[in-house]
Amino acid sequence: MKIIAVIPAYNEEQTIVEVVKKVKQYVDEAVVMDDGSSDNTARLAREAGALVLRHIINRGQGAALKTGIDYALKRGANIIVNFDADGQHQAEDIKAVVDPILENRAEVVLGSRFLSKKSPIPFFRKIVLRGAKIFNYLFLGINFSDPQSGIRALSRFAAEEIDITQDGMAHCSEILAEIFKKKLKAVEVPVVVDYTEYSKSRGQSSWNAFKIASRLIFRKITK
Amino acid sequence: MIIQIVILVFIIFALWRTAWRYRKKEISIRELIFWLIFWLVVAFVVAWPQSTNRLADILGVGRGVDVAIYLSILLIFYIIFRIFVKIDKIEKEITKIVRKVAFDKKNEK
Repeated sequence: MKIIAVIPAYNEEQTIVEVVKKVKQYVDEAVVMDDGSSDNTARLAREAGALVLRHIINRGQGAALKTGIDYALKRGANIIVNFDADGQHQAEDIKAVVDPILENRAEVVLGSRFLSKKSPIPFFRKIVLRGAKIFNYLFLGINFSDPQSGIRALSRFAAEEIDITQDGMAHCSEILAEIFKKKLKAVEVPVVVDYTEYSKSRGQSSWNAFKIASRLIFRKITK
Repeated sequence: MIIQIVILVFIIFALWRTAWRYRKKEISIRELIFWLIFWLVVAFVVAWPQSTNRLADILGVGRGVDVAIYLSILLIFYIIFRIFVKIDKIEKEITKIVRKVAFDKKNEK
């Protein structure tokens, strides 16, 4: 069972070394997908022992994720883990998202911040995430407790089935929509998120939600 | 009215430029005919503004000018939508290229 972690990163030189070192303890290979960083992310990730691919220009997290997943599949991954590069996610949670796949209980496992009480989520962010949930349910027919979570695990089959065409942040909702469309078995597990001042500044602005919503609606009507 | 003269002069200029573009093979015969008809219709409406009033009456709109404005706005919205679609397509293609470059670079190593 080859487990490969795909870590999309854009200018994360401050945290990438620690993230790679932590993640490598739980997976067979760590792939850092450098999305056109202008800092030392790629070099530091490579020195920390990750396999690094580079987009020569920044295309967005969705695009980086797809490139990373394609590469992981080429390297024979049986399970692909998605993990954020900003230090928000706990490496210990990798076990939580991988286990259900190992036990054949699901093809996709999504880490949710809302299933456990411990994550200190900023209040306004909570409201926006609520809105995202409702939007996802109404427009895409999906019902998950943490639509924007970046930590998940995909079986090889799921990774091959899911087609990520949204280059930007809307890829999270798109993945959920693909799960629903392709009828993949998906479960949620609780994960803990560490909101440091650094990672809060790296996160999307809550106003991004409107951009994401409009992108998803646009794609739906132009498909 | 002065505005009519100004616009008509502009239309003459636009017609000339269109013919020039066709001459230089930058636009097709279909595009040439389309723009010729378009500008001639505009010239007609500008020279005889009352002509739009009949159309306005049929559509149930107050003035001919209003009809022109409504239609223009609809057209503009449609064009903008088409532009969005085109941009989205271009973005996807750029990503495809960047992705290929990423894989090629990795294989070279």
